[in-house]
Amino acid sequence: MNSLLFESLYILVLAGFLGFEVIRKVPPLLHTPLMSTTNAISGISLVGSLVAAGSGQGIVSTVLGTIAVTAATINVVGGFMITDRMLKMFRRKESKSK
Amino acid sequence: MKDILLGVAYLAASILFILGLRGLNSPQTARRGILLAEIGMLLAVVGTLLRNEIIQYQWILIGLVVGSTIGALMAIFMPMTAMPQRIAISHSFGALAATLVGIVDYYEHGLTIDHGTMAALGFEVLFGSLTITGSLMAFSKLQELVKSAPVTYRFQNVSNILLFFATVGVFVFLIFRPDTSVLFYGMIAVGLFLGILIVLPIGGADMPVVLSLLNSYAGLASAATGIVISNNVLLIAGALDGTSGFFLSMMMSRAMNRSFTNVLFGAVGAVKRGAQVQEEARTVMRYTPEDAAYVLENAQSVIIIPGYGMAVAQAQHAVQELAELLIEGGATVRYAIHPVAGRMPGHMNVLLADANVPYDLLYEAEQINDDFQSTDVALVIGANDVVNPAARYKKDSPLYGMPILNADQAHTVMILKRSLSPGFAGEDNELFYDKKTMMIFGDAKATLTSLIQLLKKTAPAQAGEAQAIEGIHS
Repeated sequence: MNSLLFESLYILVLAGFLGFEVIRKVPPLLHTPLMSTTNAISGISLVGSLVAAGSGQGIVSTVLGTIAVTAATINVVGGFMITDRMLKMFRRKESKSK
Repeated sequence: MKDILLGVAYLAASILFILGLRGLNSPQTARRGILLAEIGMLLAVVGTLLRNEIIQYQWILIGLVVGSTIGALMAIFMPMTAMPQRIAISHSFGALAATLVGIVDYYEHGLTIDHGTMAALGFEVLFGSLTITGSLMAFSKLQELVKSAPVTYRFQNVSNILLFFATVGVFVFLIFRPDTSVLFYGMIAVGLFLGILIVLPIGGADMPVVLSLLNSYAGLASAATGIVISNNVLLIAGALDGTSGFFLSMMMSRAMNRSFTNVLFGAVGAVKRGAQVQEEARTVMRYTPEDAAYVLENAQSVIIIPGYGMAVAQAQHAVQELAELLIEGGATVRYAIHPVAGRMPGHMNVLLADANVPYDLLYEAEQINDDFQSTDVALVIGANDVVNPAARYKKDSPLYGMPILNADQAHTVMILKRSLSPGFAGEDNELFYDKKTMMIFGDAKATLTSLIQLLKKTAPAQAGEAQAIEGIHS
């Protein structure tokens, strides 16, 4: 086992716990926006896809990488945009009631 | 120097993602949170583009442009009612990206890969391929490209479990012998196949659990990608996505009082239908919209319980209009939202928000369940299992133990429904036969529209009074 792998596991576990604590506080009202946000965020695999598509590794890797870039970008752009569109709809009663 | 900058960009992105998710704690801070997450994403992407390994940009550019276009078009034109499908398909895209990155990695370095990295890579492509087809399957069911009813056949569970263990076996072998590339690609193929098989037996009402679970898998695949290519921002974002999905599926399972294994292997359709035996000829009180309008006119307090039927009938705008009329007439109107109403977590909330219902009128089950006793009318629109009292006491019912909304405690229960058919769980609903229940059959939207018209006729007389009451309230 190399130490880098262990370091990764540490980060994975800690980020998991942190994520759980943060997400526990999201009200059910916003569970759909939560799903579409995490979806957009996980489009971060774009970072890996960019390297696959752009580091000149030959045709197979470049093509697969490009498809990956496309798929990840759909999630990033579409995910953030639709989340925002959804959140815009959530409004309180007009201020007269408060 | 460049490396340090890149490191800083990735770190900042990770922090911004976490802050962004924290913003979702409340609707007031949510949009700012999304903005933070977007900035994080931008930092990470720009940082990556400046890396030394990236030497050709034309393909990247094509991918970015095509992806942005498709993503933006989907986000702008997709109606809110199609949200469950959109969520499903986006899990598929995320998983596809992760799997392809994994394949490229193996294709380029497969022969020199070490055991530990192979383990992570295996997780990546296995979770990835499962999620690709599983999500596509869920998408097809939600979009009704295929029948949304559970598909079951003999030996289904046994064969699925055997296939699953065979896959795990291949995976373990690969960890010890990473250079057997036939097995690597074979494992992906089996993963794709398994994804279909797992979602095949899942029916509509279990979709919230499955969508959350696939959400979690897509995240775990990304996290594994992060481990393989030693990229911490990818790892952290994937872990956040993974735990979020896991948390949601836990919430959803709890709301249905079922375990994960039960959802995945239970195929509710196959559950023995408990109550079908007693076929007493019970009578239902059938009412017309006129009767309902009369009762509603005199109601001081109304709780609306929406379900998937409201989404199907696209009745959310009519619901909102009716509620508005009742409020103008002086009644207090609130909405009770069951966590698994609909096809995804938060489905009803989004639909009602789309129809301009202020979110402070939406209540969770625990917040509102004690108030039903003192409520004049519980108006159930296209919901069934979530108000079935059998969940409280009938031990042999598939619903037993599921937390329900106490609609039966209201003075009058009004149920808008197309037919008497039992809900998804196949359990007959005794609430339909209760003396205080008014069944109004027909399309929910049509019924609501006629209710609105009837109420409007009498409204002008009450308008002055209503204003006075509004005045006292504020």
